[in-house]
Amino acid sequence: MKQNRRRFVKLSGAFALLSAAGLISAREALAQQQAWNKSAFEAKSLDETVKALGGQSSAPNAGITITAPDIAENGAVVPVGVTSKIPNTQNVYILVEKNPNSLAAGFAIPAGTDANVSTRIKMGQTSNVHAVVKADNKFYVATKEVKVTLGGCGG
Amino acid sequence: MADPMRIRATEQPDGVDVRVLMSHEMETGQRRDSAGAIVPAHYISNVTVTHNGKPVLSAEWGPAVAKNPYLQFKFKGGKKGEKLTVTWVDNKGDTRTDEATIS
Repeated sequence: MKQNRRRFVKLSGAFALLSAAGLISAREALAQQQAWNKSAFEAKSLDETVKALGGQSSAPNAGITITAPDIAENGAVVPVGVTSKIPNTQNVYILVEKNPNSLAAGFAIPAGTDANVSTRIKMGQTSNVHAVVKADNKFYVATKEVKVTLGGCGG
Repeated sequence: MADPMRIRATEQPDGVDVRVLMSHEMETGQRRDSAGAIVPAHYISNVTVTHNGKPVLSAEWGPAVAKNPYLQFKFKGGKKGEKLTVTWVDNKGDTRTDEATIS
């Protein structure tokens, strides 16, 4: 019985510590959220998105490869990978032209990390997928069409 | 609190290959429920991966990333046995951090 009580005291102490840590990280989380580029995620087209990201225009470049299926059966899960061979790649963005908002994901690539990221995105319908790469403060783009047989938005 | 992430980091000749599978609803804010009301958006907005306290990848995501997001990338300079930390924050301020050892 006595031991139980001791354990309880110990546990509650640990819990108090944990929740204090939770509070701190929630505050940090809010600070981090402000770094989220709202205007870029609300832009509706490739050009608008590039402008919201701080560029003027984007030039096609053969150094960017998009790895995505030609036909995606399920638009809710479309695997997309982007590889950039452009030196000094700083950011990689994945855009879907016909989604309600074009920008799906953006990645910041520090030095030492390969400019090669893959993730899964949602696509509402058959559309062009753009990979925008920011290197030396210039924007480059590559495009690939992905056909979607079953949309991933709504449902 | 959300479910833990599944992280796999393996050392390869050309760098450390990192694969992360997160558990998250990723609600777009476009869907309607059976009553016709819009289901509010709930998605991961920021992801940070650090290795020895140094960021190796940070991502900003919109609601168009698929449910239970998957992420794969490679970085140089990691060694077997070292720790890798992955943190995500969603648009409701919820957050989760998980750690993995490079193998």
